[in-house]
Amino acid sequence: MTKQIVVPFGPQHPVLPEPIHLDLVLEDERVVDVVPSIGYIHRGFEKLVERREYTEYVYVAERTCGICSYIHGATYCQGIEQIMNIQVPERAEYLRVIWSEFSRLHSHLLWLGLFADAFGFENLFMGVWKTRERVLDFMEETTGGRIIQGTSKVGGVRRDISGERLDRMVKDLDILDQEMKELTNVFLQDDSVRHRLRNVGTISRDDAYHLGAVGPTGRGSGVAIDARKLGYGAYDRLNVHVVTDSCGDCYSRCAVRAKELFTSTDLIRQAARKIPDGPIEVKVTGAPDGEYFMRAEQPRGELVHYLKGNGSKFLVRSRIRTPTLSNIPPLVKMLQGCELADVPVIVLSIDPCISCTER
Amino acid sequence: MTLPQQTTTTIDVGKLIGGVERFRNEGYRLVQIGCTKVGELYEINYCFDLDYRFENLRISITADTEVPSISGMYWNAFIYENEMHDLFGIQVRGMNIDFKGTLFKTAVRYPFSQPPVTVTKGDKP
Amino acid sequence: MAYFEMVRTALRTVLSKPATILYPVQAAKKTPISRGHVVQDGSKCISCGICVKKCPAQAIVLDKAAKTWQIDRFRCIVCNSCVETCPVKCLSMDTQYTAPATAKSVETFMITYVKPAKPEKKEETKQ
Repeated sequence: MTKQIVVPFGPQHPVLPEPIHLDLVLEDERVVDVVPSIGYIHRGFEKLVERREYTEYVYVAERTCGICSYIHGATYCQGIEQIMNIQVPERAEYLRVIWSEFSRLHSHLLWLGLFADAFGFENLFMGVWKTRERVLDFMEETTGGRIIQGTSKVGGVRRDISGERLDRMVKDLDILDQEMKELTNVFLQDDSVRHRLRNVGTISRDDAYHLGAVGPTGRGSGVAIDARKLGYGAYDRLNVHVVTDSCGDCYSRCAVRAKELFTSTDLIRQAARKIPDGPIEVKVTGAPDGEYFMRAEQPRGELVHYLKGNGSKFLVRSRIRTPTLSNIPPLVKMLQGCELADVPVIVLSIDPCISCTER
Repeated sequence: MTLPQQTTTTIDVGKLIGGVERFRNEGYRLVQIGCTKVGELYEINYCFDLDYRFENLRISITADTEVPSISGMYWNAFIYENEMHDLFGIQVRGMNIDFKGTLFKTAVRYPFSQPPVTVTKGDKP
Repeated sequence: MAYFEMVRTALRTVLSKPATILYPVQAAKKTPISRGHVVQDGSKCISCGICVKKCPAQAIVLDKAAKTWQIDRFRCIVCNSCVETCPVKCLSMDTQYTAPATAKSVETFMITYVKPAKPEKKEETKQ
């Protein structure tokens, strides 16, 4: 019987964007069991809802996470609008879709860069982040902030994008597509990348479904769940293509995210074609009374905002269940049986965004 | 556009395991387990989803009721049940991975079941 | 089997000019609506206190007796909420980020607004 030793991984590790701790039980160089541990950046956001009015809580909800911030704000606003039965103008819905898809682009490009850094390909990491600057420049020109956009509010959006800016954006998307095609070609075709990713961290379709894998982590194993198919916002008027892969290893998860870059640019083009003229907000009076589970698709998977109001200006409860919280049990399953040197690559392949997991 | 209305089925704590087992046999996946403090009672929502159909089971308990764990049927429930215990103080019996209160280490024990405290600028912590 | 797929992109990057900006020697990228820091115009402020209530970070302190409007730059999250809700539009958003500092400090603006006197004509019409 070989001796088992316990090696701590994290919370400080060069490959992790945010702190998570794993206790790896090793036999020689093979991982036998994993105990995850979170709670390093718990800020107690959900308690703050009792002291901030529901219209001001948008600012708090947006700042839950730096990478996926726009969709947190938009989902919170949509949840409140569902409870209060507010119909948001069509132009605002399309604008929210455009900013959400740009947010998804920036998040996937950030992840592709970090992933390349994790298996040692620094040149590719820098190249991907150079392309990501184009997305952030667009965000800053239209919203005022590179990372925290801050344009959602209950009842619509706070800023507008003019028609000629939208035309220029569609032309710039062609350049962006061209650059992303060159870079994703390296991820998907290059042999040295394939050697690091193929058959590493495999999880079967049944395991992924029953353990709660959502987003690209689940879609890389064939679990075809995409919350955009629910049809919230303007997504019921757009054609959403769900990308899946069947192998369930790190290469499939990477391939799913790389292909989703192009579905996002396609959705932005569709939205820019269909966007109508009109107002961008409606006046909101009163307070929410009721509850709703608002589900949306973040870059990492299915996000659930549970909101409960009782008629006063302060909500009773705001519960945010982020996709990474749901992806931690599949991560435990993926790590069992892998080599120690593959652990950073596998942990990064679920796209851990721990700051929104712990709020 | 208006999304479909969501229905919530409130059941007794004793019937929780039976209700969850029905969802497991039909192939639903667990979306989340969430807790809300309403007055003196705690409402716990168990959310399930199958092919974008959303179902919600709710139990309403007092602070000292012991809730059975559903991790026998859904292995990933441990992360939600430990979070519920650390933040609200709900006692859950039979978790598959029990962190015993160390998942979220907070300065105040069971912070979300305490009433909110107002701190004005200039107060020393 | 494909090898060296990155070579073309890498060569192009080597032969073109750098993609990074030599900050702080060169100025940071800014757009006309970038959110940098909040500026107050003391001659327009009517001391209503709406910005104090709306600030999500509680960064603004208004002293009506001493006629000062203070903002804690380190608490401000630059969300633009006070700028949008000010009824007389005395607050504006400058595009320059707050400069780094070694000690936390509060910035004070003096309020110099004088309420205009009621016009004399109203007294005459009442008679």
